[in-house]
Amino acid sequence: MKGLLWILLLAGAWAALSGAVSGMQLAVGMALGLGVLIFLGGAGTDYLRKARVVASFAVFFVVELVKANLRVTRDVLSPRPPIAPGVVGIPLDLEGDGPIALFAVVMTLTPGTLALDVSEDRKTLYVHGMWVKDAEAFRREQKAGFERRVKELVE
Amino acid sequence: MAEVVVAVLLVVGSSLMFVAALGILRMPDLFTRMQATTKAATLGVGLLLAAAAVEFGDLAVTTRVLAAAVFIAMTAPVAAHLLGRAAYFLGVPLWEGSVRDELRGRYNERAHALASLEEELGEGRLAPGRATRRGVISDDVSNQPETGGHPVEE
Amino acid sequence: MTGLLAGNPAEIFAVAALCAGVAMAGFRLVRGPSLPDRVVALDLLTIQGLGLLTVYAVAAGRSAYLDVGIVLTLVTFLATTAFAYYIEKGSHPGERRDG
Repeated sequence: MKGLLWILLLAGAWAALSGAVSGMQLAVGMALGLGVLIFLGGAGTDYLRKARVVASFAVFFVVELVKANLRVTRDVLSPRPPIAPGVVGIPLDLEGDGPIALFAVVMTLTPGTLALDVSEDRKTLYVHGMWVKDAEAFRREQKAGFERRVKELVE
Repeated sequence: MAEVVVAVLLVVGSSLMFVAALGILRMPDLFTRMQATTKAATLGVGLLLAAAAVEFGDLAVTTRVLAAAVFIAMTAPVAAHLLGRAAYFLGVPLWEGSVRDELRGRYNERAHALASLEEELGEGRLAPGRATRRGVISDDVSNQPETGGHPVEE
Repeated sequence: MTGLLAGNPAEIFAVAALCAGVAMAGFRLVRGPSLPDRVVALDLLTIQGLGLLTVYAVAAGRSAYLDVGIVLTLVTFLATTAFAYYIEKGSHPGERRDG
């Protein structure tokens, strides 16, 4: 019942966004709404909690992306780039190719890190970092920041 | 108002594209160059596309622009991963100022398989006869020199 | 094109910055030194091209240029993937045995 309400709401939003409230638009909106609900875990789970997690992840990601760009700008423009780059392996708690891929994509777009490769047994993600003087601190930082959030997102 | 927003997005976006290009010119090795281009070029072109979305203020244009921005944000890291991996097998060196290389010796050069941190590799080689996703690494590989291509001076 | 850009400083700045970017990426494309360096440069070159197309679309008020840019990025990604694939396949790990 709650799922049906959501589908109607999403169909309405779709029609409003397309700027034309017609039978066709509403039908397309309902189909998409159903798809979204299935994607979010079927009718019955708490979409609102999920939506909050997704929203907070998005905000965090945008903030990190802006920070990343400020840092790249600083590194590139300084006469002698103050960098200590290197490749570091990060042990993964995440399971499954999807979450690991998401983690790698997010990591590449955030400050000072570039995901290079994942080991065959999916236990280590190798990362190129701009600042890896202290590898242990680097590992801790990455695990506490992004991996935790990606985990929240996929659970 | 919209005009001002478009102007700001254009200036900031193209400045970031400039930074990305300066990064690829100035940074000392392939990996640090990719650090600059993946981040700055992605956000830069995203802002330019956002400027177009605001300028046209049309749903069809906005949808296409959004799709393009998401596509670029998803593919830039994938391209960096593929190129970084290819560079490793090609033996592209890290910058001599690099402080660590934990990948070193963890690739199996025959099977193109990568070991995790926990697997003890001894002299940087994989255990003989170990099954991997890409097939079995046969025993004769263990007789080959496995140490990988990155010369790093520490 | 000059007529379109004459009035708007933001657009002129954007075109200038992007053209400088094209020049720098082009330099790296020629200079290398390694093949992956050139591929990264080519990748950046087309993204700068997408930027130029976007700015031109805004300046000229024609959204069709955006579609051209989107197709350009799709093709570039495929090209980069193919390059990376063949660089890796062509690195002949077996060759080290003989050395």
